[in-house]
Amino acid sequence: MKSAQDYWQANITILSKCLVVWFVCSYGFGILLVEQLNAISIGGYQLGFWFAQQGSIYVFLILIFYYVKRMNRLDREFDVDEE
Amino acid sequence: MDLTTITYLIVGLTFALYIGIAIAARAGTTSEFYVAGKGVNPILNGMATAADWMSAASFISLAGLIAFNGYDASAYLMGWTGGYVLLALLLAPYLRKFGKFTVPEFIGDRFYSKAARIIAVICLIVASITYVIGQMKGVGVAFSRFLDVGYDTGLFVGMFIVFFYAVLGGMKGITYTQIAQYVVLIFAYTVPAVFISLQITDNPLPQLGLGSSVADGTPLLAKLDQVLVEIGFAEYTIQEGSTLNMMALTLSLMIGTAGLPHVIVRFFTVPKVKDARSSAGWALVFIAILYTTAPAVGAMSFFNLINTIQPGETGQTESNLVYEERPEWFKKWETTGLLQFEDKNGDGRVQYYNDKNADFAETAKEYGWNGNELVKVDRDIMVLANPEIANLPNWVVALVVAGGLAAALSTAAGLLLAISSSISHDLLKGVFRPGISEKNELRAARVSMGVAILIAGYLGMNPPGFAAQVVALAFGLAASSIFPALMMGIFNKRMNSQGAIVGMLVGLLSTLIYIFVFKGWFFVPGTNTLPNTPDNWLFGIQPEAFGAVGALLNFGSAWLVSKVTAPPPAHIQALVEDIRVPRGAGAGSGH
Repeated sequence: MKSAQDYWQANITILSKCLVVWFVCSYGFGILLVEQLNAISIGGYQLGFWFAQQGSIYVFLILIFYYVKRMNRLDREFDVDEE
Repeated sequence: MDLTTITYLIVGLTFALYIGIAIAARAGTTSEFYVAGKGVNPILNGMATAADWMSAASFISLAGLIAFNGYDASAYLMGWTGGYVLLALLLAPYLRKFGKFTVPEFIGDRFYSKAARIIAVICLIVASITYVIGQMKGVGVAFSRFLDVGYDTGLFVGMFIVFFYAVLGGMKGITYTQIAQYVVLIFAYTVPAVFISLQITDNPLPQLGLGSSVADGTPLLAKLDQVLVEIGFAEYTIQEGSTLNMMALTLSLMIGTAGLPHVIVRFFTVPKVKDARSSAGWALVFIAILYTTAPAVGAMSFFNLINTIQPGETGQTESNLVYEERPEWFKKWETTGLLQFEDKNGDGRVQYYNDKNADFAETAKEYGWNGNELVKVDRDIMVLANPEIANLPNWVVALVVAGGLAAALSTAAGLLLAISSSISHDLLKGVFRPGISEKNELRAARVSMGVAILIAGYLGMNPPGFAAQVVALAFGLAASSIFPALMMGIFNKRMNSQGAIVGMLVGLLSTLIYIFVFKGWFFVPGTNTLPNTPDNWLFGIQPEAFGAVGALLNFGSAWLVSKVTAPPPAHIQALVEDIRVPRGAGAGSGH
């Protein structure tokens, strides 16, 4: 029988990884590294500008659905899911 | 049909639709007001959340800010979407497991303190009223153009309709009305964007159009950079403000999103904990459709505006628009007072350039320009004027007005409900007069709604900024006060009532005072202590972004105080253990 403590710990680990990606794609690529990334062009977009006005939003979407999926699995593994 | 008739028709039809749905849905669910969203699946709930959340700031104001600020406005794009990641990961599932219906209720129970609950109500009211001021600005702009009157008159009409609507929408069917409003607003936003993207770049998808080339083969963004530099502004795609300020603004908007009561409440009532997580995801899907389109709308509307005012090469006498030959939309917006022209060099033509740029002054003089002649271009007119500037058919123009009103009304209704329920439910019934009758509770709710609209309308006459900026202030207030208390309530078992109370007060007051110092005390124009310029800002952080600092102060002071005071009682610690595990959430505790 795995404990609630372990479940919480596992949740925190997943959550932290997601938040690292969240930070890197918005604050990192969109703000801090924007000048360096702007040296790369994709179509008419400079990459840093693209991350700030388009890319980060797509990453946020993927992150939430990844977290939903991962947590649903975790809930089953620790037998704490609903029903 | 002429524009006015079509506008009346489309706005009238959409209003009839909302009212029809509100009445139909009300008949179905007579008793449980609070669990109206319970039977709604996560996708539809996400859609309603998106309408609730996307306000006049997103619809009317966002693209205008992007148009005039270029890259620097990215903080608004990332901030207002990234907050959903925090909601889904850090708050929604746990608040759903907790299973109460208002944010102050959670704070009062988790911190076992009526004082904490009252302070949470105050934080909620301050943030929500500020938010409603932003909506009133948007409603005022939309109505002034729609009815061809001055901004103030537009605002009064808007106040009346919002009040009427909120009282009506305050009945049960609000979720379904908001789904209809989402459909109207997203349609109204994307249709003109597709048209304009096709016109300018031949690409029907605005998200791709922004990265495509204009007729002469230059990429659109490069073209904008070039034109802006020619008339003395900074490049469109390059950062102008400070990096620290931009980080703070983005963070403030993100955690503000996760701290706004009317959005959080939506996650209390989905059927299951796992639905709370995915509801946030679906909400962001529907929000992202508008938010990835907005940068294209901003860039393209600005491109069109400049090409209208200055069709020829920069500096040639014949290049600029002759004032007497100005297009119809120009005249219409002049009536509202939100667009103003002054012929400073007396040549009868319109020159728009950056007359604050000292390096450019010499060039301007050579061109025979004597100051920027578009003395006022309110950013909030850009989205509404956009289809007219691009010569799109009248029904598209009318649709945009209807969309802007849908966005403003759905959010104003949601916020007014949050304000009135926190006063009637949390303050009166919860703390001061537990024995209050249902009838009196309802009356108190209506009165507080009316008072909130009056205050917001009064302050909306001289708003402390463009709609999106005013709304950003509201987010800063929510970020600094409510978000940290919720997060510590879930993630820090040791956090006690003393810590939470001190934290909320420190966060709210520091942010509020900082805002008042630069924006005027209680937002009354002219009462600001210091001029609102970057030189006076603390570490160069603008008032809109100070919520991030306030939140840090909140976390820090709460942590310190909780260290030196007694830990929370055992049953509270058990409660925290319990909300961390999904099983046993039940069907949303009945009230």
